[in-house]
Amino acid sequence: MNNKNKSGAEETAGGAATSLSRRNLLKGVGLTGAALMTAGSSSVVAQTAATAQAAPARIRVTEAFETLTAAESAALDAMASRILPSDDGTPGAHEARAVHYIDRALMSALAASREQYAAGLAALDAHAMEVGGSPFYMLPTSDQDAIIDAITRSAIPSYPALNAGFFNTVRTHTIDGTFSDPYYGGNRDFVGWDMIGYPGVRAISTPEEIRQGRDLAPSRQSAYDMPTHTKDPVDSTSQTGGAAHGH
Amino acid sequence: MATELARTDVVVIGLGAVGGVAVLPLVNAGLNVIGLEAGGWMSGRDFAPDEVRNNLRDWPQAVPKAKNEIPTSRANINFEAVQGGGHPMMNGVGGTSLHYWAQSWRLNPWDFKTVSMTTERYGAHRIPQDSTIEDWPISYEDLEPFYDRVEYALGVSGNAGNINGSRQPNGNPFEGPRSRAYPMPGLRSSGFTDMMSEAARQLGWQPFQGPAAINSEVYGDRPGCFYHGFCDRGGCHVSAKSSTAVTTIPEALKSGLLKVVTHARVLRIVNDADGRATGVEYLSGNQVMFQPADAVLLASHTYENTRLLLLSKSREFPEGLANNSGQVGEHYLSHHQGAPVIALFPKDLNNWYGLPAQGVAIDEWADDNFDHSDLDFIGGGNLWVHTDRKPISAAKMSTFDQVPNWGPKWKAFISENADRTNGSYIQKTTLPYRGNKLDLDPLVKDKLGFPVIRITAEHRQNELRIAAFTQDKMEEWYRAAGAVQIVRAGLGSAMGASTHAYGGTRMGDNPATNVTDRFGFAHEVKNLGVLGASVMGTSGARNPTLTAQALAWRTAQHLADNWDTITR
Repeated sequence: MNNKNKSGAEETAGGAATSLSRRNLLKGVGLTGAALMTAGSSSVVAQTAATAQAAPARIRVTEAFETLTAAESAALDAMASRILPSDDGTPGAHEARAVHYIDRALMSALAASREQYAAGLAALDAHAMEVGGSPFYMLPTSDQDAIIDAITRSAIPSYPALNAGFFNTVRTHTIDGTFSDPYYGGNRDFVGWDMIGYPGVRAISTPEEIRQGRDLAPSRQSAYDMPTHTKDPVDSTSQTGGAAHGH
Repeated sequence: MATELARTDVVVIGLGAVGGVAVLPLVNAGLNVIGLEAGGWMSGRDFAPDEVRNNLRDWPQAVPKAKNEIPTSRANINFEAVQGGGHPMMNGVGGTSLHYWAQSWRLNPWDFKTVSMTTERYGAHRIPQDSTIEDWPISYEDLEPFYDRVEYALGVSGNAGNINGSRQPNGNPFEGPRSRAYPMPGLRSSGFTDMMSEAARQLGWQPFQGPAAINSEVYGDRPGCFYHGFCDRGGCHVSAKSSTAVTTIPEALKSGLLKVVTHARVLRIVNDADGRATGVEYLSGNQVMFQPADAVLLASHTYENTRLLLLSKSREFPEGLANNSGQVGEHYLSHHQGAPVIALFPKDLNNWYGLPAQGVAIDEWADDNFDHSDLDFIGGGNLWVHTDRKPISAAKMSTFDQVPNWGPKWKAFISENADRTNGSYIQKTTLPYRGNKLDLDPLVKDKLGFPVIRITAEHRQNELRIAAFTQDKMEEWYRAAGAVQIVRAGLGSAMGASTHAYGGTRMGDNPATNVTDRFGFAHEVKNLGVLGASVMGTSGARNPTLTAQALAWRTAQHLADNWDTITR
């Protein structure tokens, strides 16, 4: 498998948006093409919010990933979207593509958690079917919140996998994926770093820059956009403006 | 059978924070040295500003050797020891000095003579009954010249508080006398540390920038710190952090007398019928090699120092090398650095960039710097706040019981407050106790089939009382600086695996209660020196590395100065 090409396609914001839009338009769900073209740009957050309010159906990530099945990714994305929601009009875990981070990590550093996800997400959908008649991701958000609240209290005795430990795992990894370096597949377009006012990685920080706090212009780069740390096999001397592609 | 290599003068096991220092005085004395290192070389290109890799995935620590040797731990013998978490050790030329915070403290003179000074001031009954503490065999004054050498050889930034007995305005008023100033001034302050310093002064305390093995300005061929903020468990991308990989080891290599052997996984230290060390057996790929040497310096981490001795069994040492006394693994302690106080401020602190060593300290409540007559403990804690924040850990901030830890309210809370919180770092006097020890786990083994270390240890009343006392002081400090909300962590219980791990090969004059003598050489194996915090009998209230490095230099110098008597 050519990992480079694969991850490159995933990580290029424009490419991801294009493929998503095609898929979602075909499926007839998700945002309009116009909203998609602007998604991720902080200058159009208000527009995206307005669109989201007008059309509550959001982008649903339902394709099979590296390890998560289509159903698992949909359930996990819905759960992550309630942990860090975007219904206030600003991007959350979904827009950050935290599920992409988790999916990829489950194939490597988080492999030990794969079984917990399999058991927990299957139980989540089974429980949702019982109480709401549909998979978790299709339930109204108020019902999703009620189920998550019960999970945090380990209060779903018929599904022992839906316990506080499962919630904590998903919460932790949702945070990791939302606020990670974009290199790892989440924090798309730096939406996580923008959320908390982190002005981004940089090789050097002057006292003047530090004093500006969250008003400092964001660096908008991954650690691996830096020529000293690039993982791109292309000669680093020919690299310019890698940050624009949002690795 | 092992492939026998050409004999050398000294073989050093581990080229990390202490082995990497010891090689310099050895080659300076003209000795041939072979350094065996389980890891490889790393450079600035390996040290990207990457929170996932450094802080979530334990890179670069998570290389195969250390990762397969994670200790098991339990509070006491009533529990089954379990393996978990990462390993505070790492493999690589430079070792933990690559990724540590680089706080480079000298211990307080009191830490060397806790028993006698406590007895003199308060009476012998104030030493906790269950403690196995002894005075160190050496004093602060004995170690001072070696602290000085290491500070200059590595490059340590700091503001002196006491030069030859003369008080200096910007340093630690409680430090022992130093023979000269630090080679570089302290790291720069930040808006946050300035705010905390001002609050401390309002309380009548004397804040100061803590010392760090990080360049505050150009030092030799290395630049000053770039303050980009990924020092915690990360190496330095510009080599401003004074790890041994960019200081003493390259300096020693210039002599042509040091040979660095990387990816050498040491299996055991071999001894002869007279009980002298003859060399070291190690695995290189699939090959077993034997490196003969006139002297052996064991310089891995506390856990591995103890483990290698216990694994080096022979007819002369059936319970492990230098362990006929049964003292290897005893007097173990992991530093009480937990039980933080966490504060919420009503404004952004602008702490996104900076490093853990770029902080401000309060020593009023450390060591015996205050009157303990009416208190129920000895020792104390160094209060430390610093400038360092990264996005994932920021998002995982305490909710201060204001909001749930998920959902829209939580999102709004962290959006507002991610840069408004600060957690203290309080290092506390920690003592050795009967019942706290290291041994080989009876069940858990590494991938080669060798048992891992088992930690059986818990904090006792003295540590818990210091924790409660220093939390009060820390809260007072935060409140004075304008904190609007405070949470306190629990006071502590079990001593798990720690970067600050001490004992196991304690140094002392009495061979019945100590593995190594006052120069760090094994009482039972005269040409075996032990380097690292495993020789330290008390922790003090500050980071151990500089003290372990000063002791390492002193042990190496002693070997060079007494070559014939030690090796013949």
